[in-house]
Amino acid sequence: MSQASSSLGPAGVQRGGSRWLAYASPARFYPLAGRMAPWFFAAAALLALAGLWVGFFVAPTDAQQGEVYRIIFIHVPAAWMSMFIYGVMAAYCALALVLRTRLSSMMASALAPTGALFTAIALVSGALWGQPTWGTWWVWDARLTSELLLLFLYLGFIALESAIDEPRRAERACAVLALVGTVNLPVIYFSVQWWNTLHQGATVSLTAAPLMARTMLAGMLLMTLACWMYAIAVALVRVRCILRERGLAGVARAHA
Amino acid sequence: MRQAFLAIVLHDLALAWRRRGSVAASLLFFVIACSLFPLAVGPEPQQLRALAPGILWVAALLASMLSLSRLFVQEHADGSLEQLLLSPHPLALIALAKTCAHWLTSGLPLLLLTPLLAQQYSLPAAPALLLSLSLLIGTPVLSLIGAVGAALTLGVRGGAVLLCILVLPLCTPVLIFGAGAGAAADAGLSVVPQLSLLGACLALALFLCPLATAASLRISLE
Repeated sequence: MSQASSSLGPAGVQRGGSRWLAYASPARFYPLAGRMAPWFFAAAALLALAGLWVGFFVAPTDAQQGEVYRIIFIHVPAAWMSMFIYGVMAAYCALALVLRTRLSSMMASALAPTGALFTAIALVSGALWGQPTWGTWWVWDARLTSELLLLFLYLGFIALESAIDEPRRAERACAVLALVGTVNLPVIYFSVQWWNTLHQGATVSLTAAPLMARTMLAGMLLMTLACWMYAIAVALVRVRCILRERGLAGVARAHA
Repeated sequence: MRQAFLAIVLHDLALAWRRRGSVAASLLFFVIACSLFPLAVGPEPQQLRALAPGILWVAALLASMLSLSRLFVQEHADGSLEQLLLSPHPLALIALAKTCAHWLTSGLPLLLLTPLLAQQYSLPAAPALLLSLSLLIGTPVLSLIGAVGAALTLGVRGGAVLLCILVLPLCTPVLIFGAGAGAAADAGLSVVPQLSLLGACLALALFLCPLATAASLRISLE
């Protein structure tokens, strides 16, 4: 275990010769993140404004659902991001375990609260949409259930991280947990789907909806991009906070 | 290598035998938890029979959680876990041996009690035996996944609760397939699909979980 720990000092970067690895060092990354974060925030705000404008004023009213459907401009991007962020988090965890880059595990722990937030938003907005449309806040639909379990996985990750005092150990333990969760996630997803179809017929299928109007799709994609930019910006800010907490930012300022 | 595996299993079994009380306690928990449901839900036999597979499976899941937090704690406290880490045998094999011993002391007794408890729920003999069969395939998966959680939360404050938070969501597929097998057996349907899926879960967990447990143990003792 200990023989790999020296592979990523400054020497490792020079030997590898690859530029992008240079930004794995906290000292270089800290100022870069500080410069990039405001741009991502600005992009998120502009895209969200555009997306909401398209969503609320341009997109037509749905023939079957009326105005209620407009919640998809929040709901669908949040649900997409909740799954996508878990994948990105797991990828960073794998990098952290294999390459022993500390910044990767910091990125993973910076992404976890945002992922949990998007999962919660997807669940709550889904419930708000389900009440007028399906007539109930919650059904044990396959998608809903797997989204709920995804929320539990995020919360477990955050709980484990906050329970271990030693940062090094917390990072690596969380990395193992996230990877175990990634292997298990498809199993959970399919088991829930089969469980549901075994017990009752399909309640509501989102895939069988008629083709979407082009403006609806545009609004949804704009909102997705906005959520994406927001996630990146928040993760960058949170990594900077973690670096400061660990006392690595001081080194960064001395170098910059 | 086989000798090391057997030695660890026998050692853990001997320890469990010396401390029979804690094994009996988690069994007692299983029995009490199963007996509480009829009191809460009501004594109608038809309803209880429909709920039986799910209740027995959830109770088995919770009972195996109880003993999981003790899996590595004693060895961690007296330092013998570090000796195991230093041994020339692969750590994944040692982790597998300890998981195996955990299942023999916690999963297997539950399995033997299940047909008896199923009588409380007026489940006929054949579905009750099939339910036990699903527990036979499913409970090793619970021990294997739980061992990863136990290794991750070793020596962490609030470890026992945290262990449950980490492990229970990961155990949902086993619960779904296991209880599904019990329900299908009671309805007179074929249980082969659910049992096959449980077997697939077991095969996957048997391969991956010892590796993850070994990695987690190394992290915990760094």
